[in-house]
Amino acid sequence: MTGKNRENYNKNYIAYVNSFAPATHHFKNCLRAFGVGGLICCIGQFFRYMLEYLFGLSGDELAGTVSVLLIFIGTLLTGLGVYDRIGRNAGAGSIVPITGFANSVASPAIEFKTEGWIYGLAAKMFIVAGPIIVYGVLSGTLVGIIYWFLR
Amino acid sequence: MFAEYMEILLMFVKAFLVGGLICMIAQIVINFTDLTAGKILVYFMLSGVVLQGLGLYQYLVDFAGAGATVPISGFGYLLANGAIRGAEKGLFGAFTGALTAASAGISAAVIFSFIMALIFKSKSKKN
Repeated sequence: MTGKNRENYNKNYIAYVNSFAPATHHFKNCLRAFGVGGLICCIGQFFRYMLEYLFGLSGDELAGTVSVLLIFIGTLLTGLGVYDRIGRNAGAGSIVPITGFANSVASPAIEFKTEGWIYGLAAKMFIVAGPIIVYGVLSGTLVGIIYWFLR
Repeated sequence: MFAEYMEILLMFVKAFLVGGLICMIAQIVINFTDLTAGKILVYFMLSGVVLQGLGLYQYLVDFAGAGATVPISGFGYLLANGAIRGAEKGLFGAFTGALTAASAGISAAVIFSFIMALIFKSKSKKN
């Protein structure tokens, strides 16, 4: 087979393979992400009701405590190695909730502990969370300053 | 009493649907582009900031509760909301508001991750 022909052949073959593989895959992935993500949010909602009922928390304190609890669970499951197993099946369903944020902090911290306390554990801790905090602070403060001008 | 239980149940359904939907949108984005988890988290956080900057995300939070606050876009909502509330007090408030609102989450993530790193050993490096 000559060069041009071969290229076409490869392209056709890739198109042929792609026409089979992803369609069902996409749907299943989305359904799993939907289910797991929804479930984690329901756990959050459960904590909201429980903390409100048991300790009478409300407003910022309630929202903050729910986040702290979910982050604790996220880091604990990461340490136990359970969260990675959930993530393998749930995809975005385990990445997007706040527990996924906790996982993205705890996972490199545990992984790179062997490389030292400062450049290993502490530095690598923010490998994913760092950009979130950087752009969060930038955009959040920008919103605040715009509101201050418009006030 | 019955109506109260129904209301709580309805809140769970709403939290499930909205939270699940946000995660599903992220999954669709992952499927059709090659964005990694870190980039998805940043974009969703930013979308939360923008939506709350326009005053829209608050409606979703009022509607779905934890379904809107638990996904990472809720973290962006928290940052923007803190900054807006700070801005009502003055320029210094606008400057400190975002991180003040997010401090619980960031502190928890750092502290618990540090503790877990002390307790657990890496699973993937052993084998």
